[in-house]
Amino acid sequence: MPSARSGLAPFVVIAVIVGAAGVAFAYTAGWFSPQRLTPERLVASLAPAKGPALGYRRNHAKGVCFTGQFEANGAGAELSKAAVFKAGRYPALGRFNLGSPDPDAPDSTVRTRGIGLRIATPDGQQWRTAMIDLPFFPVATPQAFYELQLAQKSKDPEAMKRFAAAHPEIAAFGAWAGSAPFTTSYAQDRFNSLNSFIFTDRSGDDHPVRWSLIPAAQPMPVSAEELAKLGPNHLEQEIAERVQGAPQRWTLAVTLANPGDPTADPSKAWPGDRRTIEVGVLTVQQVEADRDGPCRDITFDPTVLPPGIRTSDDPFPAARSSAYAKSYDSRTAETRYFPRTAGARP
Amino acid sequence: MIAARTRFAPLQRLLHWLMAACILAMLFIGVGMVSTIAPKYLTLVSIHKPLGATILVLALVRLGARLRYGAPPLPADLPEPLKLGAHLSHYALYALMIAMPLIGWGMLSAADYPVVLYGGLHLPPILPHSASLHALLWSAHFYLAFLFFALILLHLAAALYHALVRRDGVFQSMASASLD
Repeated sequence: MPSARSGLAPFVVIAVIVGAAGVAFAYTAGWFSPQRLTPERLVASLAPAKGPALGYRRNHAKGVCFTGQFEANGAGAELSKAAVFKAGRYPALGRFNLGSPDPDAPDSTVRTRGIGLRIATPDGQQWRTAMIDLPFFPVATPQAFYELQLAQKSKDPEAMKRFAAAHPEIAAFGAWAGSAPFTTSYAQDRFNSLNSFIFTDRSGDDHPVRWSLIPAAQPMPVSAEELAKLGPNHLEQEIAERVQGAPQRWTLAVTLANPGDPTADPSKAWPGDRRTIEVGVLTVQQVEADRDGPCRDITFDPTVLPPGIRTSDDPFPAARSSAYAKSYDSRTAETRYFPRTAGARP
Repeated sequence: MIAARTRFAPLQRLLHWLMAACILAMLFIGVGMVSTIAPKYLTLVSIHKPLGATILVLALVRLGARLRYGAPPLPADLPEPLKLGAHLSHYALYALMIAMPLIGWGMLSAADYPVVLYGGLHLPPILPHSASLHALLWSAHFYLAFLFFALILLHLAAALYHALVRRDGVFQSMASASLD
């Protein structure tokens, strides 16, 4: 017969051990840390006053999908062992987009344009990247990006002033946004990774890099007013027509950091004289509506990288990866609000 | 007459404690990684996936060991409701050990994410690319994780109850370090 011990003491021991485990779990989950910047809080901070557009990406909500190919010229193999840099043609999938959480934002009201891109190689690897047309990022850290969203939406007229005082790098973005012209086509835009990554070559040496897509089409600078006259959805209509007429091309250029160049801060552009290598050409061959296209149910998570490319000390790719996943988890549960058109393939 | 076994087989005890460490780490990594945007997010995710695959393999080996070796009988004087609870909670724990990695794998497959184990080593997708399937599996993975942790707390409380209050040998049947 087992001997039963009387008294409360063992029950107290059990309660303490089990309780401590539960508390540790809750702490890890952030339940005691209302200040922790979670993907939920970051994604929620992007939502417009009327709430997020259900079923859509939580930022860069308006866009248009494309398919095409990336033709590597082999020059990138010097910097990275990734298969995508071996001379050859690889299928590409991507999405032109506007940097706004509102899928109905008129084109001329959005200062930031982007491109998401996924290149697949025969070894089963993928390179996903999402780039924008700014020459540098508005802020230095993900925390500052979050605070910028709060300040922009704040009813306190002093909020933006306080933000700018704490994050002086925002002034350069303000100057750029107020003076840089728009273009009349996604095909005329240059897109930049802004974030720094590390390329590893065949001998194991690391190279901190950033990359850009440089358009073959000549930019046609216009003001916001001139762009507005072309219509609220000019860009997606124009790129579809243009690509139907002829494939559109961008050169992928990889820029190497000099020793000491800032890799952790995308608000700091590297000097223009840095060694830049053209590694291939992206050709956009077909444009498909966002609603029914193959971009809709994937993320352009910039941390999906093939061996030979990895993240650097730049904190943004991790923050973007977690926020894109959160956005994806939300919107895939909301497909009834953004249904495919009747007859489209599922 | 053969005396009933009083301990789990050494392989079963080894797997139990190894998996206890893996699963607790997995649950803490899981709730930690989905609550941060800091660079450690990527580190945690890169552990979560191969650790999940490891747990799936260990769980299948363990299920085989359980079918092969069985379990020592519960004390005859244990009240029937507690016996029932012990049996049901163990079915649930086995189901979760096997289902959670599969749901996570399926969820990444449905999202068309590569399922990266280490470097260039990927697992193949086990489900078609589907937003609605992803949404369903994501919810299942999320809520079942909390159920799993709650069951583990219950399991821990029950084990300590056997060890400290009833002192009936149930705790020793898994905690013994002997090789027989």
